[in-house]
Amino acid sequence: MAPPKNRRSGFSKRAQFNMFYGYIAGIVGLLLGGIFLIVSLKNHDAFSGVRGTAADAAAPIGRVVAAGRDEGRGALSAIGGFFTSGARHARIEREVVVARVRLAEAEDVRAENGRLKALLGLPKDVAPPVARARLIASTPGSSRRFATLSVGSLAGVSVGMPVRSALGLVGRVLEVSPKTARIMLVTDGESMVPVRRARDGVDAFAQGNGDGRLLLRLINLGPNPLKPGDVMVTSGSGGLYRPGIGVAVITELTRDGAYAKVLSDPSTSEFVVVDQPFSVAVGMPAADAATPVPVISTTSGKH
Amino acid sequence: MATRPPDLHHSAYAQGINRGQSAVLAYALPWLSIMLGTLAPGILSIASAPLFPPIGFLMLVSWRQLRPGLLPVWVGVPLGLFDDLYSGQPFGSAVLLWSATMIIMEVVELGFPWRSFIVDWLMASSIIVLYLLLALGLANAGGGHVLIAQILPQVLFAMLVFPLVGRLVGFLDRARLARFRTFK
Repeated sequence: MAPPKNRRSGFSKRAQFNMFYGYIAGIVGLLLGGIFLIVSLKNHDAFSGVRGTAADAAAPIGRVVAAGRDEGRGALSAIGGFFTSGARHARIEREVVVARVRLAEAEDVRAENGRLKALLGLPKDVAPPVARARLIASTPGSSRRFATLSVGSLAGVSVGMPVRSALGLVGRVLEVSPKTARIMLVTDGESMVPVRRARDGVDAFAQGNGDGRLLLRLINLGPNPLKPGDVMVTSGSGGLYRPGIGVAVITELTRDGAYAKVLSDPSTSEFVVVDQPFSVAVGMPAADAATPVPVISTTSGKH
Repeated sequence: MATRPPDLHHSAYAQGINRGQSAVLAYALPWLSIMLGTLAPGILSIASAPLFPPIGFLMLVSWRQLRPGLLPVWVGVPLGLFDDLYSGQPFGSAVLLWSATMIIMEVVELGFPWRSFIVDWLMASSIIVLYLLLALGLANAGGGHVLIAQILPQVLFAMLVFPLVGRLVGFLDRARLARFRTFK
C-alpha cells in the first residue's frame, strides 16, 4: 500500500506549524509521563485521590455489569449441570451422609472450644463484618492484581481491612474513596499472607505469583513436609487476617515450598465481606495497616 | 482497464441534501473507542491472572495505523492518563509508554512509508511486545514481583488478537463517517 497522502500539510504555514507543535506536545507528554511515573514510584499513594474519584465515577456501570456477570455465570452452569446432574446427585448424597456425622462432631468441638475459651478468658466472638460488597472491576491487562469494591469509606471501609468471600481470603483494602475501595488481591506479587496448613499448622508465607497461583514459602527450613492437596488457612500472625480463613490448596511442590491454587478465585467470588483487621476486632493494639507483617520488607526483595 | 476515480458524490459517505457527517462523531469516536477499550475488559471480568490483552492500547495502535494524523501525536497524554486511572499500573506508566508509541510510530513511518498487512502486523506486534515488557518492568518497579515468563501467554494472545482489533477499528472508522440528518 502506498503511503497515505493526507498527511502532507501542503503550503499552509498554519498547518505546518500545527503539525510541528503537535510533535513538540508529544515529546512534552513523554516527559510528563516520566515525571508522573517517578512521583508515583516514590510515593505509591500520590495519585490515589484521582484514582479513587475515577473509580467512583465508573462504579455505576461496574455494579450493573457485576449483577449481569453473576446471572450469566448462573445460566451457563445451569446448562452445564444438565449433563452432569445424575452423577453429581449421587456423589452429593454420599457426601451429605458423611457431612452429617462431621457436623455433629464439629458441633461438639465448637461447644468444647467455647468452654475452653471461657476458661482462658479469651474474647469469644470477633466483631461483625464492616460491609458486604461486590467486586465491580479489576485490572485485567496489568501484571498487578487489583480489584475495585462496590463500597467505600461511606460504608465504613478503611485502608488495611481484610476482604474475604464465603470460599476464602480475597485480599485486603489498599485505597478507599467515598463509594469504592481498591483492594489488592492475594494473587498480586506484592501480597504476602501468613498461612499455616489447616491439618497441623505448618507455617508458611503465601505470596502472589502473578499468574493466578500463590507461591508458598515455608518459614522453617528442612525437608519439605507439604503434599499436593493440602489446604492452607490464614495463621493470624501479624494481626491483620483472622486465623482460619481458607486461602489455597497446594497443587505442585517446589524445592522449598509449593505452588497453590487460590480457594476463592476472584472471578467467581460473587459477594465479598470486609472485616475489621483481626487485631482491632479482638481488641488488641492496632497493627500498622500499611505493613501488616514486619518480615515482608526483608524477604520480598529476594524473589 | 483504466480505473475510474471514486464516485464520491454517490458514495455512502457523501454529503447530500439534508444529510451530512457529524464532525463531533468523526473526531470523537476514536477517542471514545480507545477509552472504552481501556475500561471495558476490567469491568467485564474479574481476572486473577494477567491474561487479557491491553485492548485500549491495541486500539490506539490500530487507529494510528489506519488513519495516520487523525489522532494527534500528543494523544498519549489524555488517553494515557485515563488508562492509568483504571489499569492498575503505576500512575504515569501509560502516559509515558503511549506517548513514546505515538512518537516511535511517527518516526518509523517516515523511514518505511510503504505498508501492507504483514508490515503493519509485524510493526504492531513488536510495539505490543515492547509495551507489555516495559509495562511489566514498571509494575515490578512499583512493587510487583512477576517474571517475564508469566506474561508470555498474554503477549502471544495480544499479538494474535491485534488483527481482530484492527477489524473492529475498521468498522468503527466506517461508522465514524456515517451520515445524519442536518439542520442547516
